[in-house]
Amino acid sequence: MAGRIRFHQSLDDLKEHLLVMAGMAEQAIQRSIEAYRTRDLSICELVFRTEPSINRLEREIDQMALDLLAMEQPMAIDLRFILSVIRINADLERVGDQAVNIAVRVREMGAFANIDLPVDIPKLASLSSAMVRKSLQAFIDADAELADSVLLLDDQVDKMNDAAFYALSTLIKEKPELTPQSLNALIIARNLERVGDHATNIAEDVIFWVRGSDVRHHSPTT
Amino acid sequence: MGVGILVENLNAWYGSTHTLQDINLHIPANHATALIGPSGCGKSTFVRCLNRMHETNPVARATGVVKMGEIDIYKDASPVEIRRRLGMVFQRPNPFPTMSIYDNVISGLKLNGFRNRQILDETVERSLKQAALWEEVKDDLKKKSGASLSGGQQQRMCIARALAVDPEVLLMDEPASALDPVSTSKIEDLIFQLKSQYTIVIVTHNMQQAARVAENTGFFLNGKMVEFDSTHKIFTNPRDKRTEDYITGRFG
Repeated sequence: MAGRIRFHQSLDDLKEHLLVMAGMAEQAIQRSIEAYRTRDLSICELVFRTEPSINRLEREIDQMALDLLAMEQPMAIDLRFILSVIRINADLERVGDQAVNIAVRVREMGAFANIDLPVDIPKLASLSSAMVRKSLQAFIDADAELADSVLLLDDQVDKMNDAAFYALSTLIKEKPELTPQSLNALIIARNLERVGDHATNIAEDVIFWVRGSDVRHHSPTT
Repeated sequence: MGVGILVENLNAWYGSTHTLQDINLHIPANHATALIGPSGCGKSTFVRCLNRMHETNPVARATGVVKMGEIDIYKDASPVEIRRRLGMVFQRPNPFPTMSIYDNVISGLKLNGFRNRQILDETVERSLKQAALWEEVKDDLKKKSGASLSGGQQQRMCIARALAVDPEVLLMDEPASALDPVSTSKIEDLIFQLKSQYTIVIVTHNMQQAARVAENTGFFLNGKMVEFDSTHKIFTNPRDKRTEDYITGRFG
């Protein structure tokens, strides 16, 4: 295949960089949940220390994308790919931020007794992490159907977050002395729900890249 | 005002080579339509069929229907009449080197027998203003030869020459490919302004240029029109894989 070989190598390079970013963001979320599960503050520290690297990589990927837009004037599927990379990059950085937010809450919870709360954070985390993993697999394989399936999972995450909100606010009313732990758990549930939202955004960007169809806000347009 | 062009089952040959195959297309009036495709794909032959230049080659022939507004260009009018209605601008500016700027612009009118000095003066001024060249040359109209202008100015003078005969359609074959970026953007601005009065068909290898100036774009490949759609659609999400492969540089 003749044509713009160097440009298409640069696109591959951009994709590889984004996958490194994805790996770092996924690892940060997994670590923050592990910290919640074990209340191990050294894992929280690990999450804090990784965040600057994610931020640095975000800027680097944006710069690569900007250079390609300026120097190569991409068209059609290449243009959509670069636009999707820019958006996914921002979502992955936000996933990293959510990991940091969770780690902050876990550190706060360390000051209080470790009690059983009426919320299954690991289960919520497992679902939102699965959404991130699937959306990234869809990106790796340019698989719009897999991306479609991610969008369906978002409702489940939202429902679990709503249930957590109801259970924890009830607990705060009934046992006000557990308010600090309940509030921290409630915020963590909210952080994980946001992770699910970022995975949804990533899946929508994969669909835009592959099909050229904008399915954001439940309104498909081509 | 510009008129639309309707092309039905247009086929063209050079000898036994079938260079255009079953082209069907509607070019809307007062819009800019870009034709893109690799070298030898048939887009220049297509343009030559529109202004009946194709048939000037003894081994060339064409079949099918081309209508400019209500006029069937192969049945209802002579080639000379058609070429008056379709102004042509070529890749390289082609001024008549021994003529002044003034005479270059009105050369088409003079060929058609116009002699009224006042009308000729008015036409020169109007055409050069339309081509955004008037302010730069108004003091030297008869003093300077057309060939003494810069490349970009010469091309705008050639556009003025095409406009002087008051055509309905302006065919532009790579009109800015020999020009520097500043002159190119002047030509593109001009295309943008002129389409309110004329129908513009522009052949270009510069896809960014097509994206900037044209509302609709047709992609030619191996003598066929693979895809014709809004420029936005063609450059963001074309229907045909071959179009996508071409505009993303995956072949060619």
